[in-house]
Amino acid sequence: MKNTISDKAIICKNLTKRFGDFKAVDQITFDVDRGEIFGFLGANGAGKTTAMRILCGLSHPTSGEANVAGFDVYKQREKIKANIGYMSQKFSLYENLTVLENIEFYGGVYGLSRSEIRTRSEKLIATLGLTNEAKKLVGELPLGWKQKLAFSVAIFHRPKIVFLDEPTGGVDPVTRRQFWDLIYEAAADGITVFVTTHYMDEAEYCNRISVMVDGRVEALDSPRNLKKEFNTHSMDEVFYQLARKAKRS
Amino acid sequence: MKILRFILRKEFLQIFRDKTIIAMMFAVPIIQLVILPLAANFEVKNINVAFVDNDHSTYSQKLVSKIASSGYFRIVGNSASYREALKMIEKSKADIVLEIPAGFERSLVREGRQQVNMSVDAINGTKASIGGAYLTVVIADFNRSLDVNTKAPDNKVAALSAIIDITYSDWFNPHKEYKYYMVPGILVLLLTLIGGFITALNIVREKEIGTIEQINVTPIKKWQFILGKLIPFWFVGIIVFTVGLIAMYVVYGIFPKGSIPLLYLFASVYLIALLGFGLLISTFSNSQLQAMFVAFFFMMIFMLMSGFFTSIDSMPNWARQMSNLTPVTHFIKVVRLIVLKGSGLSQVKMELFYLIGFAIALNSFAIYNYKKTN
Amino acid sequence: MKQLLAFIRKEFYHVFRDKRTLLILFGLPIAQIVLFGFALSSEVKNIGIAVLDNAHDATSEQIVDRIKTSSYFLFKDPVLNLTEIDEKFKEGSIKCALLFPANFGNELGRSGKAQVQIITDASDPNTATIVVNYLTAILANYQQQLNPTARLPYEIIPQVRQLYNEEQNGSLNFIPGVIALIFMIVCTTLTSVSIVREKELGTMEILLVSPFKPVMVLVAKAVPYLVLSVVNLIIILLLSVFLLHVQIKGSLILIFAESILFIITCLSLGLLISNQTNSQQTAMLMSMMGMMLPTLILTGFMFPLENMPWIFQAISHILPSRYYYIIIKAVMLKGLGFSYVWKETLILLAMALFLLAVALKNFKIRLS
Repeated sequence: MKNTISDKAIICKNLTKRFGDFKAVDQITFDVDRGEIFGFLGANGAGKTTAMRILCGLSHPTSGEANVAGFDVYKQREKIKANIGYMSQKFSLYENLTVLENIEFYGGVYGLSRSEIRTRSEKLIATLGLTNEAKKLVGELPLGWKQKLAFSVAIFHRPKIVFLDEPTGGVDPVTRRQFWDLIYEAAADGITVFVTTHYMDEAEYCNRISVMVDGRVEALDSPRNLKKEFNTHSMDEVFYQLARKAKRS
Repeated sequence: MKILRFILRKEFLQIFRDKTIIAMMFAVPIIQLVILPLAANFEVKNINVAFVDNDHSTYSQKLVSKIASSGYFRIVGNSASYREALKMIEKSKADIVLEIPAGFERSLVREGRQQVNMSVDAINGTKASIGGAYLTVVIADFNRSLDVNTKAPDNKVAALSAIIDITYSDWFNPHKEYKYYMVPGILVLLLTLIGGFITALNIVREKEIGTIEQINVTPIKKWQFILGKLIPFWFVGIIVFTVGLIAMYVVYGIFPKGSIPLLYLFASVYLIALLGFGLLISTFSNSQLQAMFVAFFFMMIFMLMSGFFTSIDSMPNWARQMSNLTPVTHFIKVVRLIVLKGSGLSQVKMELFYLIGFAIALNSFAIYNYKKTN
Repeated sequence: MKQLLAFIRKEFYHVFRDKRTLLILFGLPIAQIVLFGFALSSEVKNIGIAVLDNAHDATSEQIVDRIKTSSYFLFKDPVLNLTEIDEKFKEGSIKCALLFPANFGNELGRSGKAQVQIITDASDPNTATIVVNYLTAILANYQQQLNPTARLPYEIIPQVRQLYNEEQNGSLNFIPGVIALIFMIVCTTLTSVSIVREKELGTMEILLVSPFKPVMVLVAKAVPYLVLSVVNLIIILLLSVFLLHVQIKGSLILIFAESILFIITCLSLGLLISNQTNSQQTAMLMSMMGMMLPTLILTGFMFPLENMPWIFQAISHILPSRYYYIIIKAVMLKGLGFSYVWKETLILLAMALFLLAVALKNFKIRLS
């Protein structure tokens, strides 16, 4: 087992975020290996979005330690941002820009050269089958394509880690499956995938998952081991048993 | 630096695809410059006078016809009693009631003095004071021209030992046309409205949609983001200003007497200050509605205090200080100076310093307040 | 009924939790009243004046003294030539100049007649006119002094009475105007945006599906804003009385009754606007551009209506705020009774009913 620091994509120790008296994230400790697909589960209000925002550098932690892509969340936030990708459920792409313009923008923002952008974007568009849509406004694309495109844009600059916040809301299971194919490809390429979801079947796709309840990490293991531990065949059951104990939500 | 280029490209693309902004850049200046000057006419003319002539003498009738022919007044009624005439003021049909008492002519000739009563509707202060003053002047004129006076043997006025003869010169606007004063002010108003609102609304909209978070998560630095907003909207502002200047010339024939580059220099700095202000508002607002109201609140106060509606000189000291603390005041002053009088840089350099100061202060505050991490 | 109250309570929560907007809503009328009452005035004072005195004799200096002591003028350093006058005009530090020729006093004494020149900065025509009046008056006064025995043998003396505004508070026009503006903002803009926000969030559908009558939804939305507006009215009235020493001469009941009528009109407008769109931004734009701007410009409190071209005056006739403004001016500032404003009230009533009917019908159509 190689567990040296350089192999860890994310390290968290006693990470806490308090809003006044309220502990949104309560001393969570976990780590994520490089190239892992890590599922971050929890009910609404459990604290997973808050935790993710801390790891992305969007929020100051109150106490505890966290290290993302080898950089400290207190002192090296900008370095973290240069090395991660992000896709939120609220938004990823500019609806009134074309597919190509969106790709070029994010490529440029992450420091890729014009030629790199050109080569990669051609490949990306071809792979996604969007050659005919490249000059269309993103707002005109159907939701499934938007999501796949958003993910591809999020990893366009080959970040070390990509954070996905409930990325597959609102599409049919087939499209979700296709989306996860993209995730597998990225992981195979060495990109660590940190994804939050409340689709339990997606939990099965991850290497390991953690379940947050009331701000704490109540379970952390591979789906298989968790099912064994809770003596059940479905992740739904695992989740249900854990979530039942929740005081919030 | 490269990143800034990418940001600018995206912003420009988005702006020019936004139909509202395009409409704003062209339609609004034209509409405002055509409609507002027509509405914003503060000239005092047509003061409505109601008479109560209790005397019906030659003198009283002569007085009435003199007032009627003076050109400032409009006779709206000749009532039988003061109470009736007062009703016209109540109904806002008359601004002044002039009551000539019974026995006016007789008493004047016999006793040498006679009163007339003027009641002025003082709710509208401007009209009241100017109207009252004019009427007094016309009455005094009438007084002097009465033949009892001109032919009086002991009329020492005719034999004044010393007369001061006054000549008048009106510079910069010899025909005293009101539009010359109003239109440049409206141009400033236009720029202020657009500049003040546009950044605030744009950024807050991004907050609401969620695109700001996406930006916050990237390595884009604060200053790059802010410049990325300032520069495109600055361009929009300059275009609006240009359209405004052209409209001002085409519709009103007003061509700046002074240096046009100087005008643009001021407009540029002013825009930077305004956009910074909009930026500042956006850091305090969470919703577009809030941003709109906060912006409206400040814009209204700035405009009121700026010397656009009322003169700054007549403000009490504290108000004048406050007025000097708003960028609008200085810009209006400068625009009027340059367009109407042809003032040069050396004459307006104080204002330039003020505006630069505002631009720096507002933008610094905005940058300081904008946090990528909460 | 209980349901309605519960709904109304929720709406109140929404409104009062948006502290920033609330601040502006109350701050705006207060700021305007303070400004109009104390800072802004149509009077002309402290006018910068420069004197080019080529005579430097007793007479010219006496006249200059009068100017220095007059509150109308702000005496700036004397100038030496026309170029300096031009320079000061261009800097904006003076608005007029008075020129005495050399030998002014001597000429006056010898031939009994001497000239002075007044130069005004006519870029601001109103001020220029007033400046000429003031200066002429000062000179005439001085001239009178030189000829102490000269008086018209037959003098007409006008006695002036200022009606309705004994305190001489500049212009009181603005008070009803501020009230009308606030009602427009709160009742039209905020209401329409609030309803549309509900539509945008999707919660409107939920409400419509509930056993709640759809009309109740609208009532519940309108009530908090009605209350807010009345509170605002009270604040404005209190400020006017205690801060500006304005006497409210007319019947308070009539004032409140007419105000509520106007508020209902504004609310109906807000409702109408909210029916037309599902986007908050559009609702805001429509209320601000379509309603508030014309109200600001064409009601008659900011710009004098009588000077406007007839087409503007025509448009002004279809604005409810115009009639409200006339009514409140008459009742609050002139102390007149209903008999003077029944016509305007009727028009306002008709508008309110009409708008309400159209808005409700529109709303029902949207539902089906």
